[in-house]
Amino acid sequence: MKGNEALAEGAVIAGCRYFFGYPITPQSEVAEYLARRLPQVGGVFLQAESELAAINMVYGGAATGARVMTGSSGPGLSLKQEGISFIAEAELPCVIANISRGGPGLGGIQPAQSDYMQACKGGGHGDYHLVVLAPSSVQEMMDFAIEAFDLADRYRTPVLIMSEGMLGQMMEPVEVRDFVTPAYEKPWAVTGCAGRKPNIVNTLHLPPDELEARNHVLAAKYARLQAEQKRAELFMTEEAELIVVAYGLLSRVAKKAVADLRAQGLRVGLVRPITLWPFPDTFLEACMPAARAFMSIEISMGQMVEDVRLAVNGRAPVDFFGRIGVVPSPREVRDAIEDVAKRRGLA
Amino acid sequence: MKKVLAMPQSLTGARWHYCPGCGHGIIHRLVAESMDELGIRERTIGICPVGCAVLAYDYFNCDMLEAAHGRAPAVATGIKRILGDRVVFTYQGDGDLASIGMGEIVHAASRGEKITVFFVNNTVYGMTGGQMAPTTLLGQVTTTSPFGRDKDREGYPMKVAELLSTLEGAAYVTRVAINTPANAARAKKAIKRAFEVQMAGTGFSLVEILSTCPTNWGLGPVEAMKWLEEKMIPYYPLGDYKVKEAQ
Repeated sequence: MKGNEALAEGAVIAGCRYFFGYPITPQSEVAEYLARRLPQVGGVFLQAESELAAINMVYGGAATGARVMTGSSGPGLSLKQEGISFIAEAELPCVIANISRGGPGLGGIQPAQSDYMQACKGGGHGDYHLVVLAPSSVQEMMDFAIEAFDLADRYRTPVLIMSEGMLGQMMEPVEVRDFVTPAYEKPWAVTGCAGRKPNIVNTLHLPPDELEARNHVLAAKYARLQAEQKRAELFMTEEAELIVVAYGLLSRVAKKAVADLRAQGLRVGLVRPITLWPFPDTFLEACMPAARAFMSIEISMGQMVEDVRLAVNGRAPVDFFGRIGVVPSPREVRDAIEDVAKRRGLA
Repeated sequence: MKKVLAMPQSLTGARWHYCPGCGHGIIHRLVAESMDELGIRERTIGICPVGCAVLAYDYFNCDMLEAAHGRAPAVATGIKRILGDRVVFTYQGDGDLASIGMGEIVHAASRGEKITVFFVNNTVYGMTGGQMAPTTLLGQVTTTSPFGRDKDREGYPMKVAELLSTLEGAAYVTRVAINTPANAARAKKAIKRAFEVQMAGTGFSLVEILSTCPTNWGLGPVEAMKWLEEKMIPYYPLGDYKVKEAQ
């Protein structure tokens, strides 16, 4: 299956029956797949007139309590930020996929991880966060899509799936797992007020104390997410002196490079963040006793590296290697890691 | 003693935040009375705009959602496509609908979304303090057209009902006013009919309602009603612009 199709089918497996989207490369297969698939399962696919309309259809759809989704890529996500801010404040569960491309501006459709800041540091206005999941395989595109709907409902939050365009376009075998959608009560949904008091979905809080109280409610949820949902994959981190941090498709390249270097005797390990937000800093912390240096490898000019630095908090040097528009080869990554190891006196 | 008039059930009874003489109170009541008479309060979902009616969720006694500026038709679309048997309406002002939200309203109408839109045209951005709206009349002075709207500088006022009536998906598009009791009665008929068009599944329905903003027009409530009649109605003629029969 193609990564984009696996993601789309994962949404269907999770019980998502409504998709509102706008065409953009390299995301379009998500929409195309669901345009065929959703009517088969009694759902609705609607091509919106704009990215703005699409995210606001999701806002309305999520407010009914249904599982709804939208997808886009970099420039489209920029347009969606207003709506995402509203959805986060209104605490409406939904799933958003960013099958990302290179920027800034129109950028290009080649591989990039340069929307990390947009995804993890707000993007839209106000104090909010999204849960951000970064799959690294086509299998995870499907699995994380399923998981995303569950997280969205459990925490009443929009969940963003961050995938490089290349992963969306890649084909790999996928094992389709059995999945039973857990039922979530949604007493807050706007469905018509028969037999109850009217529900109001609202993000306006004019009295300052009310606004502050709302922000505290959101902050408490984000604290809970940070306590409960930091996820990372550890690879050869035992007694590693140099920790490489890489996510998504690139983490697979980094894994190969790390394995090769370990075979050569260099004590290097890999931490692969699965949740980009909440950032799995605790996993880096756990490597600290042995780790004397860290290195972030990204398909960007250096975005996640800031979170690695925050996690390390000055206790070890943090280096960076990045490319844009290409996935660096294992050899290139291996050379970059070796350079850092030498520079930091570890090889 | 016989009770001949009461607060509609579809209003909460909360005290208006609207200025004295503002048309929103009348229009809210007409919408609420229509909901009562059609018996749809418990299956209606309303969408508030950004603008003076942003707080309409405090007044309508049904499920309500507050949307971003101009996006109410998209939000309504999301709800209606999922809950097809509910009644979904948006309540939008001229800045919200005809400026920042022009894309959303045109496409919702074009798709024939089975939603009802109450479009309140009072020729200004009310909540932000009386700036020029797309519907501001030529020559009209606002805080951002201090020399009066000039066709060469600010362009012409937008005729929304006429524009949307050209779209195939629009089933019922009409323009009414609330400046006299007779016009308010006609407005209510149109509001009710717009709901009925939605319930019959005929397509998109919109009622453009000419209203007043005494505060930002710098007029008393009575003078404002007079200004509506003398200045607005000639440029924005009342009447039905599109009436599609149910199939």
